[in-house]
Amino acid sequence: MAAPEEAPVPEDRPPDTDTAEAVDLRLHQPEDHGALVHVAAPPQPSDPRLSDVDEWGRSEHMREIARKAYDPVYRHWFRVEWEGMENIPRSGGALLVANHAGAIPSDAPAIMHGIEKELGRPVYGLADNLFKSIPLIGTMWARVGGVAGHPDNAYRLLREQRQLVLVFPEGAKGPGKTWNERYRLRRFGRGGFVEIAMRAGVPVVPIAFVGAEESMPIVFRLQTLAKVFGLPYAPVTANVLALGPAGALTYFPAKFKIRVLEPVEFKDVLPNQERYSRNRVMDESEAIREKIQEALYDMLRERQSIWRG
Amino acid sequence: MGRRVLVTGLGTFWGGKVAQALEKDPGVDVIVGLDTTEPTIELERTEYVRSDENYSILNRIVRATQVDTIIHTFLVVDSTSVGSRRLHEVNVIGTMNLFAAASASGSKVRDVVVKSSTLVYGTSMEDPVWFTENTPRSHTPRTPVEQSLEEVEGYVRDFAQDNPHVTVSLLRFSNVIGADISTPLTRALRLPLVPSIMGFDPRFQFVDEDDVINSILFVLEHDQPGIYNVAGDGLLPWSEVVDMCGKRRVPLPPLGTELVAWPLRRLGIFEIPDEYWGLLRYGRGVDNRKLKAAGFTYKHTSASAVEAFVRGMRLSGTVGEREPEYKYERDVEQFFRHSPAVVRETTSD
Repeated sequence: MAAPEEAPVPEDRPPDTDTAEAVDLRLHQPEDHGALVHVAAPPQPSDPRLSDVDEWGRSEHMREIARKAYDPVYRHWFRVEWEGMENIPRSGGALLVANHAGAIPSDAPAIMHGIEKELGRPVYGLADNLFKSIPLIGTMWARVGGVAGHPDNAYRLLREQRQLVLVFPEGAKGPGKTWNERYRLRRFGRGGFVEIAMRAGVPVVPIAFVGAEESMPIVFRLQTLAKVFGLPYAPVTANVLALGPAGALTYFPAKFKIRVLEPVEFKDVLPNQERYSRNRVMDESEAIREKIQEALYDMLRERQSIWRG
Repeated sequence: MGRRVLVTGLGTFWGGKVAQALEKDPGVDVIVGLDTTEPTIELERTEYVRSDENYSILNRIVRATQVDTIIHTFLVVDSTSVGSRRLHEVNVIGTMNLFAAASASGSKVRDVVVKSSTLVYGTSMEDPVWFTENTPRSHTPRTPVEQSLEEVEGYVRDFAQDNPHVTVSLLRFSNVIGADISTPLTRALRLPLVPSIMGFDPRFQFVDEDDVINSILFVLEHDQPGIYNVAGDGLLPWSEVVDMCGKRRVPLPPLGTELVAWPLRRLGIFEIPDEYWGLLRYGRGVDNRKLKAAGFTYKHTSASAVEAFVRGMRLSGTVGEREPEYKYERDVEQFFRHSPAVVRETTSD
């Protein structure tokens, strides 16, 4: 009963202690109180639901459409290539951590689509809360698989629903980089992602992503415009300079290469703790950041062409 | 000796229903109902006392009746029904007086149940999908209802801390829906065109009106101290809720929503209180597992609660709003309760 509704719960879940207690209590409920407390009526035979939007705001129907629309882009435009896909667990929760780039980041959909296609496991992409406040886009993002990046949401997905969650610890500072700073990882926030993985008792799977930087590079940023609209950054992209207004939504066909690194496990810390050592969290966060940075340099050393890989 | 119960807000939907259910319980000896308005449903043995809105006579009543249980259902959560000053009087001052009376020396009070609302969590874009009882709200409340509820919960917490021998249960109810209850949301859903905000399709959670009554009785019966969320399973997008009701949505612009809504509100076309605008944008989900783990079983999920509401709406759409079958007549009620001419079954011995 971990999820209060028909959320996908894998069958290998350990029995929830809460449930056991609840059942117990109900069994010992004195008979004479029955008159006051209504005993639950049998569940309604017909499902009153009209749509398939779940608690996270996703709709499988919409996701199917989005997958169909995006698949040609994934295969023919970005020609995505994976390496180390076997490092992604086939069951159980895991926190996927990747570098983030492109004025409108093109990495999130590629990672989510690739894993869903290859492993058949849904990926929950955590996004900035700001997404929620944008009309239409916020709703669409939720329908196709995005979730607001609140620690409680991540914990619930990882620990209770044992899902794959994708997070970009750089936040808006990653995609807000200009062209000359490409592939140089920003600070990984305050290491919150490590803390969540520890609390949820799941491994962190680092992912290095090459190509997103070149799909929509930022030439310069407009500080005042960003301030006026309350945005984290207002980019002028090479795409807009080259293609005019059409460039605002057109990616360059950079070759995408994705390398999944060895999972990082925190076997020595207990899950569900109130707090974790700040020192430990920051060290782990920094180590993961360095691993991704190293992998990126390695991949760039091997890359012969931005467009052909 | 059985329970002696004081129900505040007897004239409200909740107070009335709770008193009605308690009357059937032979373990309850005395039910005293307090309100500013007369009860709207027929009650057998509940004693109705008219009070002013901030319960200044409460101290005397608690002392005189020696009640051991207080069910506080009188909190106003619908800000369209009263002005903000009266809201403060009822919610904050009323609750303050209630707890002052309950904690007076010689008070016999052992159980207190307070009906609050998930409005205390607020709603904003920084919120998690599910609020647990411990999740703090993201921003300080700005609307009078939310501010008053926060103060009320403060009094409840203080009282529980100062009186560890009293079982204090605080129930936070999600959006209540049902055929009989009238809230800003049910009124909006009864309109031919239901307001929504363009580009937003927030997820709503509902709790059926019967589950509300049952949960109050449940915590009372099973001595469950603490804070509990009371809400049906699952979240429904607002568009789906409107579809289930067979209505259409009127999209209001996402910018300057309240500005556009203001004239519509003045004209009385629809009345969406301030605290619901955030809800129409971001929605709100609360985790109901704590109460379930305590052993409570819900009759309805969010979806089936809406369905029950829709069935009720269909009925009233066909046969019209039912006339209230009952009107409180003081003399009649006094006669049945206290006249020696009435032959009463002795239940207490």
